[in-house]
Amino acid sequence: MTPFTTRVENAAKTTGHAAILAIFVIFLAFPFAWMVITTFKTTQDLHNTANNPYLFNDPPTLTHLKTLFEDTTFLQWLANTAAVGAVVVIVTLILAIPAGYALSRMTGTVAQTLAVGIFLTYLVPPTILFIPFARIIATLGLQDTLWSLMLVYPSFTVPFSTWLLMGFFKSIPRDLEDAAMIDGLSRFDAFMKVVMPISAAGILTAIIFTFTLVTQEFVYGVTFITASANYTVSVGVPTFLVRGDVYFWGSMMGACLIASIPVAIVYNFFVDRFVAGLTGGAVK
Amino acid sequence: MTAEATAVTVRERRPAGFSLADNERWLWPAMLAPAILYIVLLVGFPFFLSLYYSLTDVTVGGRELHFVGLKNFEEIINSNTFWLALRNSVILTVISQACVLILANILAQALSANFPGKWFVRFLILLPWVAPIALGSIGWLWIFDSIYSVINWTGRAIGVLGPNDWPIWLGEPKLAMASIIIVQVWRILPLATVIILAGLSSIPQDIHDAAAVDGAGMWRRYFEITAPLIRPITLVALLFGIVFTFTDMIVVFVLTRGGPYDQTQVLASWAYFTGIQGGDLAGGAAISLFLFPVLAAVAILFLRLARRTEVL
Repeated sequence: MTPFTTRVENAAKTTGHAAILAIFVIFLAFPFAWMVITTFKTTQDLHNTANNPYLFNDPPTLTHLKTLFEDTTFLQWLANTAAVGAVVVIVTLILAIPAGYALSRMTGTVAQTLAVGIFLTYLVPPTILFIPFARIIATLGLQDTLWSLMLVYPSFTVPFSTWLLMGFFKSIPRDLEDAAMIDGLSRFDAFMKVVMPISAAGILTAIIFTFTLVTQEFVYGVTFITASANYTVSVGVPTFLVRGDVYFWGSMMGACLIASIPVAIVYNFFVDRFVAGLTGGAVK
Repeated sequence: MTAEATAVTVRERRPAGFSLADNERWLWPAMLAPAILYIVLLVGFPFFLSLYYSLTDVTVGGRELHFVGLKNFEEIINSNTFWLALRNSVILTVISQACVLILANILAQALSANFPGKWFVRFLILLPWVAPIALGSIGWLWIFDSIYSVINWTGRAIGVLGPNDWPIWLGEPKLAMASIIIVQVWRILPLATVIILAGLSSIPQDIHDAAAVDGAGMWRRYFEITAPLIRPITLVALLFGIVFTFTDMIVVFVLTRGGPYDQTQVLASWAYFTGIQGGDLAGGAAISLFLFPVLAAVAILFLRLARRTEVL
């Protein structure tokens, strides 16, 4: 092969590679690009079918974002999501850290069975449990309150975080605790004083995923909550802003962007750990 | 954390070695109990309650409930909507996951190479999975809009659609199903891609090099080396995809609400409209139980996978 044909071949390969990636990026990211364009267009421009929808035929406007923040309870929904997220994170950590550690250090088949059992509960979807929960929540008098979500969300964040933290604790060498225990610490103190301080990365990962799972949840939210002041953001936008006869597309797209992009950026840094969690840490 | 508190006080009173904090026979159960109790109470209990409800006539507001045997299931099976919803759920899952499997393998291969700006490309590709799906679906609702659909505008501008073609994406049953399938592929593809990508990066480069030295071409290397090695992890991606798609009600809820005339109803969304909006909890519970066989099958496959391979 002459250098020339090699160069042509390489150029063709690079172009093909770039073309494949471009097609995928367009398919996957287009709806978000479309949200950006829609958010800043005037209603007149959006509703004129003669206009090229990709262009700003009128100058960009902030009207839709102003409507969103001033005339809807969007800010309240963001605050609700943050409040529910914070409580669920705390509950999840209190339950999942000790459980994950115990599972990582126990030996024998019982531990393994329990670990797999906890993993499988993560697969149980809200769409199987939301019907009985509707009545349980009503019986407890929690319908239409954020407490209902704070109570129920750990049912999927605890299994996932326990599994994730178990994998993380397994990667910490036992020698560290053994040394501490020889120095006179109990097993529990060794966990608190030796293992916990070097587990910040694992715990942070659990916090991030618990919070994103809360942000993404929809089924329980739409089942338990009916007053618009108590919605979380992923329930409020599709139910409240669509229900009217008029679709506020500009405000809706702005709401979608504001609620998804920060979550997406944070999640992006941790996605490899998420995958390691789903696949049991078998791949790194 | 009462367990912790007692552990500490007990340790102060007794010499180490006898305390709860040191005795692993008690310490492990004490650390596990809260989490397991929570899961049993908030996953196990509602699940059995759902089984029980499906055999009664319970409603959202009603005080009393009566045992009615299999009446709910009889009614469901005799209803046309059930067969429609079951068919839609199966079609949706099979077609979308077949597409995801093929596309994710191509995309993972493309992403496994190094190129400038990879971080940003990966961020864009991950967006559909990391953004809340209810909000992503709203974006699609606007893209599929009956009057302002950007797909139709673009199609007409480049001449794919004639002057009299203007597909109403969410208004015609077949197009509406296609739209829902597209959104499910869009949502699951990033997840499947990153899982398969993790599998690809775990294959040592020596294996590829050795095969290249032996004269194996690109396709042979892929089908005889790469594909078999990533088969277990591909199965993991597929199983997650099946669970997330088959049990999802959000995409249908946002895009079509099951319409037109229940033509795009899936089991999960029909359970919601019957049980929550219609107030017939018993019927809703019975419908949602039809999701269970698929979940059980996936769980069994996961367990077999865990036993056979290092995955899990």
